[in-house]
This record gives sequence, C-alpha cells and structure tokens, in this order.
Amino acid sequence: MTTNNPGRGAFWLAQLTKHAGAEPGYPDSVRVVNASLAGQPARFIAVVPDPHNRFPRARNGEIGLTEGWEIARAVRETVAADQHHETRTPIIAVIDVPSQAYGLREEGFGIHQALAGAAAAYASARLEGHPVIGLIVGHAISGAFLAHGYQANRLIALHDPKIQIHAMGKQSAARITLRSVQALEKLAATIPPMAYDIESFASLGLLWRSLRLHNPDQPAATDIAAVTAALEDALADIRNLPDRGLGGRVSTKHRQATDTVRELLYRQWMDPVNQP
Amino acid sequence: MSPQELLKRSSFSELDARARARCLLDPESMRELLGAFDRIKSPWLAMQGITPQADDGVVVAKGTINGRPSVVIAIEGAYQGGSIGEVGGAKIATALNLAARDNRRGIPTSAIVLLETGGVRLQEANLGLAAIADIHSAIVDLRRYQPVIGIAVGTVGCYGGMSISAGLCSYLIASRETRLGLNGPAVIEQEAGINEFDARDKPFIWRFTGGEQRYLSKLVDAYVPDDSNEILATVTTLLSCGVPKRHRSDSYHEFLACLAEVDAGEQASPEAIRRIYRKGLEA
Repeated sequence: MTTNNPGRGAFWLAQLTKHAGAEPGYPDSVRVVNASLAGQPARFIAVVPDPHNRFPRARNGEIGLTEGWEIARAVRETVAADQHHETRTPIIAVIDVPSQAYGLREEGFGIHQALAGAAAAYASARLEGHPVIGLIVGHAISGAFLAHGYQANRLIALHDPKIQIHAMGKQSAARITLRSVQALEKLAATIPPMAYDIESFASLGLLWRSLRLHNPDQPAATDIAAVTAALEDALADIRNLPDRGLGGRVSTKHRQATDTVRELLYRQWMDPVNQP
Repeated sequence: MSPQELLKRSSFSELDARARARCLLDPESMRELLGAFDRIKSPWLAMQGITPQADDGVVVAKGTINGRPSVVIAIEGAYQGGSIGEVGGAKIATALNLAARDNRRGIPTSAIVLLETGGVRLQEANLGLAAIADIHSAIVDLRRYQPVIGIAVGTVGCYGGMSISAGLCSYLIASRETRLGLNGPAVIEQEAGINEFDARDKPFIWRFTGGEQRYLSKLVDAYVPDDSNEILATVTTLLSCGVPKRHRSDSYHEFLACLAEVDAGEQASPEAIRRIYRKGLEA
C-alpha cells in the first residue's frame, strides 16, 4: 500500500487550521486540532502516518486498534463538552486513510470493535446535532473510511487523480473475486461503483461537493481559501437543514435501485396488512 | 453435545435466512417485506456474469417476538457469501431506519440482525460500502430507543464492514461455528504476508476469531449452541433487558486502558487477549 508521506491528511489539516498545535494526549497517529471554522470553534481530526506506532501494522496511516478508539475519544469529548450548549461544535474529519490495519494482533484484539467505536462516535455526534463534515484529500478506503468520515452529514472531496475511494485495495479485491488485477481494472472502467477514481465516485451521488484545485500538494492561497469556503458552505448547509441523518446523499442514475428499495419498503412497512 | 442431544436439537445454522427469521418471530406474525416476488434485484451483477437473486440475499420480516414489535433482518450466507450490495444493503438500512421512525411515533420496534456475511460485495464495491455506512447510521439511531441484537451464526462468519455493524449492536450473540473479524483471512495474508497470518490454518483462525474466543474475551454477550430454541430464548432474554446502560462501542475508555496493557513487542495469543479483556472490560 502506497502512502504519500508525510501524508496529505497531515498537510491539509495544517493548511486548514493555520498550523495550530495538536491537542496533547493523543498518539502521533491521531492528530486532533481545535481551530476556527466560519469564526466558530471547530474540531479537526486526521489519522496520519506514524513510523514509530507501537503496533507495526498501523505505521502508514492505517486505522488500527488505537486509532479507532482514539478517534472515538476525540469525538466524544467534543460531544460531552457541548452537552449543555445550544450550538454544537462542528467536527471535521480530514481523510487520507490507506486502509484499516491488517494484522493478527488487530483481529485478535477486535479491530472491528475499535472501528465501531469510531463510527458510533461520529454517528452519535451527528445525531446530537454536531455538524460533521468529511473532507477527502487522499485515500478513503474500506473500513478506514467507514470509521473516519463516512458518518459525516456532508462529504467533500478534492477532484484530483490521487484521490482513491474504494471498499478494498486492488490486489486483495482481485484475489477475493478470483480475478487478475488487469481484469478488475477493465471491469472498473465500465462499472462505476467498482472504480477507484473520484469521477466515478462522484457519479454515485454520495459527495456533497468536489473541488478542483490548481495543485493539491502545493496549494496556492486561493486553493486553501476554496477548501475553507467549501467547509463553511457545508457547515451553513447543515445548520440550515434540520435533517441529522445521511440525507445529504442524493440519488443519481447510478444509485436508482437504492431509491426503489427505500420507496417500496416504506410503503410495505406502513401498509395496514403488515402491522403486527 | 452428546449424539442424542445432537439429534434432538433443531439446528439454526442449517436453516436458510427466511426460515431463520420465521423461527425467531411469533407464530403467524411474520410479514416479509420486499420479498422475492417483488423482484428487486441487483442491477450490477448480470453485467458481470453473476446470476442475481430476486431478494438480493436479504430477508426483511416484520412481526412480533414474545408480543413485542420487531423486525428481523436476515442475510443469506449461501448467496454470494452473504455479501452486501446496493439492494440488500438498502433493504437493511431502510428497515432499521423505519424501525427507528416507528419508535419516534410511539411504536417500540426493536431489530434482530442475522449476520452471516463476508461484508461488502466487491462487485458493487463503493455502493456496498455506502450502504454499510447507512446501516451503521441506522443502528446507532435505533439503539437509542430499543435494542438492536446481532446474531452471528453460520459458517461464513461475520466480516468486513458488517463486523463493524456487529460491533455497533446493543447485544451480540455468537455460536461456535461462526467467526467474527474485520479482515478476512485471505485478505490479511495478501496484505501482511503468510508469516503474519496463514489463511489455510483453520484451527488458528478459530482460536483467534471464533465465537467461543470472542465470548470469552467479552466481545460478544452470549455464546449459544446451534439450536433454534436456545437462540430464540436468548433473544427474548436480551430484548427484555432493554437498551444497555452503555454500548460496547461507546466504551473507548476501557478499551484504551486494555490496549495500553498489550505487549506490542510480541505476537498476540488467544490467552493474552482473554486475560486482558476479561480484566479490563469487567463492568
């Protein structure tokens, strides 16, 4: 698995928070920064590569056991602090995660539960009225994406060839589906949900917005301003619409079956003949 | 289990998804929604040379359990490894969302999810992943009102994004044959090498991720034999416990304290995992 060291996550986190210092008490792999967004306090969270991570399978920015539970802590602290406040602090997940950590230790100690910890924290924060925004600046793969970002009210992505969004890395996906990598790539070119690129992902209707920058790795001041503006727009949009679900994800021609299921199931669920 | 007992029991795992749902719901109360005759199947499989199934491998059944309004969602492990595609995933997420909506309008509907699943269906990759994010959201919403009970039974196991769903449930039931883990053995071997994980070594896989080990290390709440009556009795008991004071997924404090105890210098052993979690997740 390739990583763009020290990682776009860390890089963009620094740009968006004007290089504010990270909160103490977190491991080096989980960077938590309190900074302002639209003139209000906000919490930014990124998982970044840590070559000294004490769990060796989580040194390249993967989400492992510690990372999952530390994300949960970072989110739940914010929720607890706002318990009696009317205005809930926004939480921004800056996303560049190559995958979850693959290892025996990870499975044994229940990495699924650690990822559930993170996903539950984000989902609970959203249900409690915290605006949650996911900003994809690099890879958003599989369980790592489910744990860090996919529970956001709004998803924003940079529109860039380095963006990869998928359910599994290419080599493994090929092995599990009994195909060669070449065959997988050929299929992905014609079947949008199987593709890894941002264009295909955007066609599924899951993104609220995607942003074309001049150079995401060496952004001009206007690039940074554009990303900040998108986060501010998303924040305003979330505050304006009372829906605390994942309703910001619209249906497109590539996700029509989802709409059909929702409509029909609702109708049958409410039908008097189907009441207990 | 003695041979006599083995012959007397009524196996749960040998039932298909629909029969499992029927077995949990009160007699005559089951109403299957979006069943096979509605013919809502995956739009993505035929173009890849895979035969779609008319219910996409997910059974949604409304009814009552011990008189309480419930929805049973059963994943058919025998169809495409219980994988979650666009349609099956939307069925699960929508059913859970409707149960949460029921609660908001005064009907205390709970949910039972039968988790025999390999996770995302890779032929529908990003749509499966998106549906699983919807499922996670819906579980966290619903479990505020009524328990969401996960049952991991069946030889496929419970993997991928759906193992995260299992980790979000209010209560989790597992049997001996099942396995619960995030990454499938072949994927770990592919990504980390055979020295880290040998996907051919079945006893090794069960020692770390089998139902019994998960129960003994407190990652599941109930360990059951493969017996329909016992499973129903366990479900009924857990439903009557109501929403837990704190969900397992919300216990970051305890889990972080446990992880601090882990010696990362040596490889994990099933014994060390049990020891650390049994002590640290006492509650």
